[in-house]
Amino acid sequence: MAVTFLQPGSPTRRFLGDFRESWIATGALAVVVLIVLLAVFAPWITPQDPYDIANLSLADARRPPGFVGSEGYVHVLGTDAQGRDLLSAILFGLRISLEMGLAAGLFSFVLGASLGILAAYLGGRFETAIMRFVDLQLSFPAILLALVLVALLGQGKGQLIVALVAAQYAYFARTAFGAAATERRKDYVEAAAATPLSGRRIILRHLLPNALPPLIVVATVQVANAIALEATLSFLGLGLPETEPSLGMLIANGFQYMMNGRYWISVYPGIALIVLIVAINLVGDQIRDQLNPRLRR
Amino acid sequence: MSAAAVLQVAGLSTSFFTKAGVARAVQDVSFTLGRGEVLGLVGESGSGKSVTGFSLLGLVDPPGRIVAGSVRLEGQELVGLPSHALRKVRGRRIAMIFQDPMMTLHPVLSIATQMGLAIAAHERVGRAATRARCIEVLNRVGIPGAAERLDAFPHQISGGMRQRVDIAIALLHRPAVIIADEPTTALDVSVQAQILAEMRSLVAESGTSLVWISHDLAVVAALSDRIAVMYGGRIVEEGPTDVVLTGPRHPYTQGLLDSLPSRAKPGTELVQIPGGTPSLLALPEGCPFRPRCPRETEICRTMPEPTGDALRRARCHHPLVLSPAEAA
Amino acid sequence: MSAAFVSIAQVSKRFAPHLSLGDKLAAKLGGAVETRAVKAVTDVSLAIRRGETLGLVGESGCGKSTLGRLVAGITSPDAGVVELEGAPIRARGRKTTTRIQTVFQDPFASLDPRMRVGDTIAEGPLAHGLVPAGEGAKAFARRWLGTVGLEPDYVDRFPHQFSGGQRQRIAIARALAMKPDVLVCDEPVASLDVSIQAQIINLFLDLRRRLDLTMLFISHDLGVVRHLCDRVAVMYLGRIVEIGPTAELYGAPKHPYARALLEAVPKIEGGRAVFKPISGEIPSPLDPPPGCAFNPRCPLATDLCRAELPALRELAPDWRAACHYAR
Repeated sequence: MAVTFLQPGSPTRRFLGDFRESWIATGALAVVVLIVLLAVFAPWITPQDPYDIANLSLADARRPPGFVGSEGYVHVLGTDAQGRDLLSAILFGLRISLEMGLAAGLFSFVLGASLGILAAYLGGRFETAIMRFVDLQLSFPAILLALVLVALLGQGKGQLIVALVAAQYAYFARTAFGAAATERRKDYVEAAAATPLSGRRIILRHLLPNALPPLIVVATVQVANAIALEATLSFLGLGLPETEPSLGMLIANGFQYMMNGRYWISVYPGIALIVLIVAINLVGDQIRDQLNPRLRR
Repeated sequence: MSAAAVLQVAGLSTSFFTKAGVARAVQDVSFTLGRGEVLGLVGESGSGKSVTGFSLLGLVDPPGRIVAGSVRLEGQELVGLPSHALRKVRGRRIAMIFQDPMMTLHPVLSIATQMGLAIAAHERVGRAATRARCIEVLNRVGIPGAAERLDAFPHQISGGMRQRVDIAIALLHRPAVIIADEPTTALDVSVQAQILAEMRSLVAESGTSLVWISHDLAVVAALSDRIAVMYGGRIVEEGPTDVVLTGPRHPYTQGLLDSLPSRAKPGTELVQIPGGTPSLLALPEGCPFRPRCPRETEICRTMPEPTGDALRRARCHHPLVLSPAEAA
Repeated sequence: MSAAFVSIAQVSKRFAPHLSLGDKLAAKLGGAVETRAVKAVTDVSLAIRRGETLGLVGESGCGKSTLGRLVAGITSPDAGVVELEGAPIRARGRKTTTRIQTVFQDPFASLDPRMRVGDTIAEGPLAHGLVPAGEGAKAFARRWLGTVGLEPDYVDRFPHQFSGGQRQRIAIARALAMKPDVLVCDEPVASLDVSIQAQIINLFLDLRRRLDLTMLFISHDLGVVRHLCDRVAVMYLGRIVEIGPTAELYGAPKHPYARALLEAVPKIEGGRAVFKPISGEIPSPLDPPPGCAFNPRCPLATDLCRAELPALRELAPDWRAACHYAR
């Protein structure tokens, strides 16, 4: 039995109200915000600039958490193989991970959403060409594509972002196409065409805002995926140069010491990575649940 | 009257406990249905007519539940019956037909399979006998070539035929009562006319009682012996069909009749009821029709009790037509 | 035939099934794939006169909505042309006029859920330069809300905050804000409650008079059409079978289908009178029967009806029917 009621407020405000009711999602969002703040302000709050080789002393290498180093401060999470303060390295690593994840997410979003919505609006041959290509790419493992591209393009932030976008835009395109194709068939789009309004206006003012909710869900998940993908590439040594270690590389560097008890070099960056990805996914899950009309109470 | 009553509903109230508040969808609904009688339950969206139908079968899902009242089917109380006991009653002694036949029909099972399952739910019948019975029932609801249609899938037949199959399934166990929730609303007028004509003869021959829920006064006029008009979760007027339609007592019933274009001179302004139907979450105090009523006075802030007898009553402080007894 | 304001000349529209590569392959290999086109509208000619309201009635699948979309300029015909005062309303795959506007059936679907109703009303006029941007547009939207009987202060609300009847008023305001000469209404009261229907019908009566509108009013509800329309056209399987002045046609329909349709409508006054509904169902528009499309259900059908398509003949002044035997 469906009983419907009129609800006050804008769609966005209702959305935020519902979001606050889930304490898991609210907590996860708080964690994400905290990590982002830590990463943004890393240069001011970390005891050491881990990228400055002049700061590193091999005498401090591979020390356990709590060790007081030659610089005279406590290495709360210990040091890595090059003598970097691990806490500083993790925060700077998070900075890179988030930077890569957000940049890749943003560019994939713009590229994928544009292609998907345009395909849905134009239909016909354009739709067939774009969407078949997207389907083809979706049947291909993203990591494989990213690996090949990084191998071809070489190392560097720009190259990495290109590889991540190429591996991920298809998800956005698929989602945007599905959502926009559904909206396109609705009467309000027909009403806009009957006015008549220009195609540009219909796409920007009607299709895009209405196709946005599922795209936001994909965006949260894909930012998390981009971070994981970047970590994987760095772990395999194909990511960023060793002078700017990201989380994946920190984990890789500590890997060889795991067996002789120096667990912290890998484990702490690993925990940071897991917490970040899980928190983003929890936020994404809640958004998805709220946007799914079938789960609506 | 009550000796022959098949269905006795008294004080039935159903509420939905939602985040936004308690929606009192059905409040204090009482009526009696005699054997072979057709009751038309009329109302607009949000009047509680469909929820009343679902409540009669105990088909109200959380966050809704029946909060008070009694539903007696051939003397047996249904409210508060455990679900396994309700399942024995449902489909066998009281059945439901929905506006969308696909509520009942499974999209990937053949009609024969579905009707067989519906029979097997309550009886053990052999395969040949099942088939024979299905064909017989399909013939009764006016499906031509029933034997061939039996092996079709729901998507292969038209909407009108699907609704007929739905009606056939409801008739399988010769239930005492059928609740029909707007079964012809989605159909074309010519198909609706066919089904209405068939429904009348089916009820007459099988002695089944029928509660026909509809927003369309004309459909109800064509089919029912008695009419109950619902507004804001309550029955506001009840009586024999022709009596209610020719001499309505409740201003709402009068307003509904006046607003029909078929009763006005073409091109003239229709007599309209101002405002909209109230939200079940925020029903006005007293009579729910008060804010839209032309006869509203101070006393309407209290809930009027039904006046009249079980055959002809209205829930209004200022009824339009007084019965001879009241006029005297 | 007096001067046509909107002229619809020999218009046809077919819908071919959208076949994927797999479907095409399956069809080639003899699979059960539907490759035939639905003939939604076949060779329809109509003239809507200035200031009149023409009703278009018929059952589902008869093509009345498709014809409405053709007149509204939403789709282009496969053959024939729709003209407003002699000028085609579409050119190079686009609608070229703003003088024809549309009101749709379902006000829950026809308003953009993420747009404030004021923006919805002002969007078209802004895009076409009928109102200045900024505060002027807002005042414009407020004025239109008032015109259709809503509180002007509702401009900043979203569609979900309104009831069905109120949303339909907003949809009407959106259409009329474009200052159209012609309004195409596709079942505009079908999804509304009875008491709300009367309000919207009254609104149409009032606005039509005040704004001097020409209307094409599509509905399956014969009572509503009789109330609002000067003339009525009855469609069956993509063709017009009868067209004439409303009062006369309702009084004595000439085509057997029009007669059957009018008789099938339950009437309150009719009580429980026994009526004899037409037998059978509307044939699939995928393969309409040869000859007169109504022949399989028609009580009067002869061999002529099964062989030859009857033309729409003038039987009385301004009254035409497509039946071999109509007088």
